[in-house]
Amino acid sequence: MENRHQLDLNTELMVLNMGPSHPATHGTVRFFIKLDGEKIIHMETEIGYLHRAFEKHCEDGTWSKAFPYTDRLNYNSAPQNNVAYALAVEKLMGMADKVPARTVYIRTIMCELSRMADHYTNLGAATLELGALTAFLYFVEARELTWDLIESVCGARLTSNYVRIGGLASDLPEGFAGKVKEVFAKNRVFWDEFDKLLTKNRIFLDRMRDTGAISRDDAIAYAFTGPCLRAAGVEYDVRKASPYLAYGNVDFDIPVGTTGDNFDRYLVRMEEIRQSERIIEQCLAQMPSGPININDAAVRNPSKEEVKSNMASMIFHFKNTIEGIQVPKGEVYVPTEGSNGEVGFYLVSQGGGKPWKCRVRPPCFALTQAMGHMCKGSFLADIIPTFDMINLIGGECDR
Amino acid sequence: MGRLIDLCKRKLGDTVLSAHEQHGDETVVIRKDALLTVLRWLRDDDAMKFDFMMDLTAVDYLGTRARSERFEVVYHLFSLKNNHRLRVKTLVADDDPVTESVVTVWVAANWFEREVWDMYGIIFKGHPNMKRILLYEEFEGHPLRKDYNIRKRQPLIGPEN
Repeated sequence: MENRHQLDLNTELMVLNMGPSHPATHGTVRFFIKLDGEKIIHMETEIGYLHRAFEKHCEDGTWSKAFPYTDRLNYNSAPQNNVAYALAVEKLMGMADKVPARTVYIRTIMCELSRMADHYTNLGAATLELGALTAFLYFVEARELTWDLIESVCGARLTSNYVRIGGLASDLPEGFAGKVKEVFAKNRVFWDEFDKLLTKNRIFLDRMRDTGAISRDDAIAYAFTGPCLRAAGVEYDVRKASPYLAYGNVDFDIPVGTTGDNFDRYLVRMEEIRQSERIIEQCLAQMPSGPININDAAVRNPSKEEVKSNMASMIFHFKNTIEGIQVPKGEVYVPTEGSNGEVGFYLVSQGGGKPWKCRVRPPCFALTQAMGHMCKGSFLADIIPTFDMINLIGGECDR
Repeated sequence: MGRLIDLCKRKLGDTVLSAHEQHGDETVVIRKDALLTVLRWLRDDDAMKFDFMMDLTAVDYLGTRARSERFEVVYHLFSLKNNHRLRVKTLVADDDPVTESVVTVWVAANWFEREVWDMYGIIFKGHPNMKRILLYEEFEGHPLRKDYNIRKRQPLIGPEN
């Protein structure tokens, strides 16, 4: 029937190659699209342009040397990857409950700050690609302010390299809580402006609503996680399903959509920004005092004074650097809630100072896989909002 | 032993080659020829209900065990309804690196299996599109195998070279 219809209109299928470096796709990815007029008949996605041999490099270095590589997975929310990896190694070493309470809270704050930065970037870039430059500027400013906070903690905006096995690189700076308050006050203004510009904007709604939709069942079959899964009506968030860090001690809500389309993904992310603010404010109020590093020289390097005055400390410092922290034989999978969905580290140790296997489950790998499914039957222009809301991060997808 | 391991052993009998629980993660190693049946049961059974295939990867144990058990293909399953997780493994031999594709059980497995083929050279029988995903077609070898030298270089491809 469809064939006859095509014959009547005398149209011909066209093959279009989009990418790998297209201005409207942030991230290098290539689409092969078969078009009937403007309608997508078939679409293939090609990834791998940003492959950097993450796993092979991790296997070659000591356990601690993997942290800078994890920064470069989802570079919009690097501290989350640092934390996820540290949690996995700590669990494998059987010392997850020995990590100081203050560290747990600081890690939670860093995770949520990076979630906010990630959502600001994602939503801002999405509006830019849909032609709304003003809204983009609001959220990029909000992201800059959030990154300023991250920078004040660890000295870097993107590649934070902040977390250590059994601790952190540094404590929170003086007056951090006050700075957070200032930034949140400013960002709420940006959020409100952004919301006013877009959420009821006819042009924006036309591009977002009912495009790129996926049903609840399909989202589960494609192993969707994160905002894209919740937009499809599944109430699943690792922070609630199996609370880690300080998420069990704070009160927050999980926004859930109904239709699974791009507009619901947008709404879920907008609300998550507000919820992250709530979590951070509660964490700052509950912040315990005390050390930030585990008191075990075989895991966390002793301080410089100790290394220079104590023989045992010096030996540990030397051994930790040259041979690496010793992790007992075993395997572990630790799921965490990244900005894009479930970031899970699967680590295998054969004993010794190097990982035998260091695998990360990249959430946007599973999301990008479904691009063809979500775009089939829709218009060419719908690829842009769908791809925006998937939030492909090349560093994470291609590793 | 964990609850899920018990359930698996009771239902599957000697299909379960071994099982262990570490750090709260339950693992079962399944006979390769029964893989599809077992995974289907894990997905559909009410007590299991593993509707999510969260992760699929492989591990190369070269030099640490017999060559007939060189590779492990590892599935990380999650159940939304029961909020529990299970790690399922199957052993793949060095001289016959072939196993069944599970795309018919979870569509999500498609790209994950292509990645395992790309990185470890394990072939998934019945996969609709078994080709490299992260590396380019002309790449020689499978880099995450332990006998692939990390310093090895491959020629650049493209119109200039």
